[in-house]
Amino acid sequence: MLEFFRPLHRQVLAVIAVLTIWACAHYLNWDWLTQYRGEIISGIWITIWMTIASMVLGMVLATMLGLAQAAGPRWLALPARTYCTIIRGTPLLLQLYLLYYGLGWYFSGQPEIRQSIFWPILKAAPPYGLLALTLSVAGYEGEVMRGAFKGVPHGQLEAARAMGVPRFTAFRRIWLPQALHRALPTIGGETVLQMKSTPLLAMITIMDLYGVLNRVRRDTLLTYEPLLLLALIYMILAGLLVLFFRWLENRLPQRTA
Amino acid sequence: MLTPVVLSGAVSSFDLLAWSSPGWGATLVAGLWNTCLIAFGAYALGLLIGVAGAFGKLYGGPVTRDFLGVYTTLVRAVPELVLLLIMNFAVRDLINQAMLAMGYGRVELSGVAIGIIILGVVQGAYSTEVLRGAILSVPAGQIEAARAMGMSPTLLARRITLPLMAAAAVPGLANLWLTVTKDTALLSVLGFIELTKATSLAAQTTKAFFTFYLAAGVLYLALSLVSVVIFGRIERWARKGQRTLEGGAH
Repeated sequence: MLEFFRPLHRQVLAVIAVLTIWACAHYLNWDWLTQYRGEIISGIWITIWMTIASMVLGMVLATMLGLAQAAGPRWLALPARTYCTIIRGTPLLLQLYLLYYGLGWYFSGQPEIRQSIFWPILKAAPPYGLLALTLSVAGYEGEVMRGAFKGVPHGQLEAARAMGVPRFTAFRRIWLPQALHRALPTIGGETVLQMKSTPLLAMITIMDLYGVLNRVRRDTLLTYEPLLLLALIYMILAGLLVLFFRWLENRLPQRTA
Repeated sequence: MLTPVVLSGAVSSFDLLAWSSPGWGATLVAGLWNTCLIAFGAYALGLLIGVAGAFGKLYGGPVTRDFLGVYTTLVRAVPELVLLLIMNFAVRDLINQAMLAMGYGRVELSGVAIGIIILGVVQGAYSTEVLRGAILSVPAGQIEAARAMGMSPTLLARRITLPLMAAAAVPGLANLWLTVTKDTALLSVLGFIELTKATSLAAQTTKAFFTFYLAAGVLYLALSLVSVVIFGRIERWARKGQRTLEGGAH
């Protein structure tokens, strides 16, 4: 740490940075913080949960998509590849609109659905948001997992077969763990990207962190303050994610030979 | 162009996508044109920033390096939507203050111009990293040889570094192009009329959500598939003269 600040220019830059932060804190208007504290914290939770839930569900789908492409028969591999191409070729915002407005409009026009017990869930925005984020991450990670599955040395699977390990056990104990291990650095980066795409949820009325601070902006008519706080919180979240994945990677056994 | 359609059950999906009223085809194509324009401009601006940034990061002085480090880290840690929103205000403010300081009146930049500037600055950070990696892939001996021959830094960059790094840079740059075409959709949130915004207008007016969002999806997909083919060609061209694994040249 001390070594980092040894060069003179870094000390000057650090002073400038501290002065900028002080000026932001002093001259800009932060009175709204106390009033909106509760909503901001709940917004942060929604952002975090949406990221985690869509990542976990998406990875389950992505494993199947990757496996279908890496080892599946043609009639499975082709649809999986097409799916990944479509998801990766269109903007997430468009997918979100299609699901929320398209499906929502369709469901609201069906009396059977309107009267069913699922309507309160189907009426709300979060399920559509989670669905869109999950489908999107599955498309991107499907490609990653395809590469990861193919990257596991074939000898590992042949050895398992020679030992008489059942196919599913071989997949569960040998192929999948090694593929995930290989893909982990990529998955870490993609999780940060996923977190950075959650603000789109606010476009379908979900009050995530971005949605809350956007409301603050409308209510208080402040231009920069809420946006600066928003950027700061996202930066902290991204930093925490990077640290978490670094910790996770260090905990896993490293290849020694 | 934005003539609202009187809703009737008789209007089919195909009628809605027709070129002129009651169809919205012209609106969608105009949106697609804006999307392409912004994507292309932002990509070019991003590449310019990227080339300067990559050389600055590798060969610049300590202050330049630190500034570029802060720039690339900040841009890559904050969601694009938030950055675009901040810069949308900041760029307009800065330009107007500069114009006033120089004694001119306020100007109102077009949506396309603002879109190109703010997306380009975001793209620049990603381009910097891609190009930096590509420059590092150029064998050090080539650069040392050129220096030993007495080449000036600009000549060295033009004759040695840029041509040799091109092959390594193309896959990353292709990805960035695909990202920027999709990132233009974010500009719809700021009210710019591009493909997603045009589609939303059409869909909200006619309530034919599936028709329009699927049509826009097909347009985006076509754009990305065409781009993939073109970048494949560019990569093959950039790898011209590179030895393949079998030993022969392409």
